[in-house]
Amino acid sequence: MNTLKPGQKTGITRRGALAGGIAAASLPLWARYSHAQTAAPIKIGFQVHRTGIGAAYGRWYDRTTQAAVKLINEGGGINGRMVEIVAEDDGTDPKRGAEVVEKFANQHGCDIGFGTLFSHVVIGSAPRAGELKLPYFVVSEGHHVASGMLNRYTLQPGITDVKSQVQAMAPYVAANLGKKVTMVFPDFAFGHDHRDFFTQAIEAQGGEVLAHIAIPPSETSFTKYFPKIPRDTEVLYHVMVGPAVLTFVKELGEFFGGQGPALFGFIDSLEAVAIDSPGLEFLENSYFWEGMCRDQQPDQSEYETAYRTAVGVNEHGASVSDPRDVATYAHMFGCWETLHVIKAGMEAAGYTGPQDRAALIEAVEAMTTLPESLAHPQGDKIFNGKTHQVFGHQNISRVEGGKLVRVHRTSIEDTLYPDEVDYTAQPL
Amino acid sequence: MELGPYLVLATLEGAVTAAVLALTAVGLSLVFGVMRVVNIAHGEFFMLGAVLAWWIAQSVVEHPAIGFALALVAAPLIVGALAVAADMTILKRLDYDPERTIVATIGLLYIIQQVTLMGYGPDARPVEAPFNTRLALPWFEHGAEGWQMIWPWGLGTTSYKLAVIGAAVALLCAVWALMARTRIGLVMRATQADREMALAFGIPVERVYAGVFGLGAALAALAGVLIVPIQQAHYLMGADPLLLSFIVVIIGGLGSLPGTVLAAVLIGLSDGIISVFFSPTLAKILATLLVGLVLVFRPQGLFGARGA
Repeated sequence: MNTLKPGQKTGITRRGALAGGIAAASLPLWARYSHAQTAAPIKIGFQVHRTGIGAAYGRWYDRTTQAAVKLINEGGGINGRMVEIVAEDDGTDPKRGAEVVEKFANQHGCDIGFGTLFSHVVIGSAPRAGELKLPYFVVSEGHHVASGMLNRYTLQPGITDVKSQVQAMAPYVAANLGKKVTMVFPDFAFGHDHRDFFTQAIEAQGGEVLAHIAIPPSETSFTKYFPKIPRDTEVLYHVMVGPAVLTFVKELGEFFGGQGPALFGFIDSLEAVAIDSPGLEFLENSYFWEGMCRDQQPDQSEYETAYRTAVGVNEHGASVSDPRDVATYAHMFGCWETLHVIKAGMEAAGYTGPQDRAALIEAVEAMTTLPESLAHPQGDKIFNGKTHQVFGHQNISRVEGGKLVRVHRTSIEDTLYPDEVDYTAQPL
Repeated sequence: MELGPYLVLATLEGAVTAAVLALTAVGLSLVFGVMRVVNIAHGEFFMLGAVLAWWIAQSVVEHPAIGFALALVAAPLIVGALAVAADMTILKRLDYDPERTIVATIGLLYIIQQVTLMGYGPDARPVEAPFNTRLALPWFEHGAEGWQMIWPWGLGTTSYKLAVIGAAVALLCAVWALMARTRIGLVMRATQADREMALAFGIPVERVYAGVFGLGAALAALAGVLIVPIQQAHYLMGADPLLLSFIVVIIGGLGSLPGTVLAAVLIGLSDGIISVFFSPTLAKILATLLVGLVLVFRPQGLFGARGA
């Protein structure tokens, strides 16, 4: 046993030589790799709704993202590195969403994930991002981030959430339109946020919700839902998403025929739809929430003017190249602002690669005030590092002569509510 | 809303559903009756009709009614021609074998759907109705001063919706006349009754098959054109009509035209009324339950002459 046979001895030697050879051979590769770390682009995985019920939003989220990345790259990129967008269609489908996040982390080698809008896709994808420890910047409006439902790797620094939006709307609705409200909303997470938080908020104003009417987001015909609207309704609160929003609003007009309650809608019901479409004349004098005003307002800031030009949107919120292609203007600024937050966060963290992902999260959590600027053309904002949610101004517009004219802009304070979670207490 | 106006509105909505459904389902029933082909791609012909209507309407710059009228004629013809081509290149080569044609039409479904997605895009696009006036309906209420006529909000329909119902009735009558009163219909019925014998009598069965497949697809496309000013064209819009058409055809009896029409009215109206009073989900549940019951207790359907 203790005498080595010649064959064995040479075997060990051969193995040793082989290992040494591999090490030697890989040396130049290592050197090339470490050099690439600084010059290679920062890869941002863009989870985009190219198909499915979110397609109209996806098209404009894509255009806004490309415009923001172009601006960032022209300004020298992030930490001197160019930004590269790796776009993947999730079909507006939660299951596919989780797979896309997985692809970003393991196949494309993305630094972060970004850009998801529809709340059910966010809720389906975020747990996987958390497991993979992939920073996941959503542009969704859902309350699921600030509610504590998700995880420390999911952040929403570029768009406000439904809870803060509706809380800021309720005083205006109760004071100017009426206190007996009937709500029509899509039957999934996003619509449920509207249902829960607006009902609370209007009750706090001494009002009440007479009926909740939930409609599946894939529905194509709506008149059959409207008879459930009680006759003593003073305000009809409507918010709808999906490919059939134009049908929804048109049938609403045909249903009431010039009579009926005052209308207060979230512009979601008309995103990507021209407000002067045939059949929508009845919307004149009705009110809409807008995250950012589609029609150019007289006091538009220089930043917003530059933003409109960069994205290619005209003064009525439609594409410069095709006036029939109306933008999802009230939401898509979220992509632009989120990308600028990512840039600021990566620069503050001295981000060099995936090993710095935790530092990036901490750097974004440390942000507080985000002043109005070219990076934040919608207005100044306050970021809450504990709840991972940003807060900002909200707009109420009235349809006047076929244009959306802003009649009220809330303060940021109107939109604040007590923290429901402290993500910074979770491990990274 | 009060019960009376509520019911009137539900019936009107249901009648529109029934009208469009009847047209689509008759196409499916015809194809099955004559050719014994279960056409899974039928809903996509419906969708193609709607998408082509958008394409034709937006390329005609004059009054929207002209574009729509053109679409009403051209879209079914294009879709019909496409279906004839599909029949001659695919179904004929499979010898109309029942199992293999099912698989082939599933393939056709995906090809049509994905090509539409690539060419037309994922957006829903509207087509302007040629005319669309809201018609408010009165209601009678017994108040302090006896019977009064009131105009409650919500109770109304549009002239276009009524026209859709009218057009569907006219088209169904035309299909019936074609089947029962013309030589073409006679040939089709002969082929349906006994393929071998028809062949022996010199009927060009293969050409009849191609024609029937084209006619079935054209009827679905026509239904798509009629619905598009109400619903908008979208590449996924074929799924619902397919499911409902199968429900209707199974309840009515595969291959039976009167049965199909009756079942379409039944399903359309009950869908409208149950959706309005309870929920659209319940309407679908009940329709599917009815299919189950029909299959168990009367497999040939309400009007089916033979076991299918």
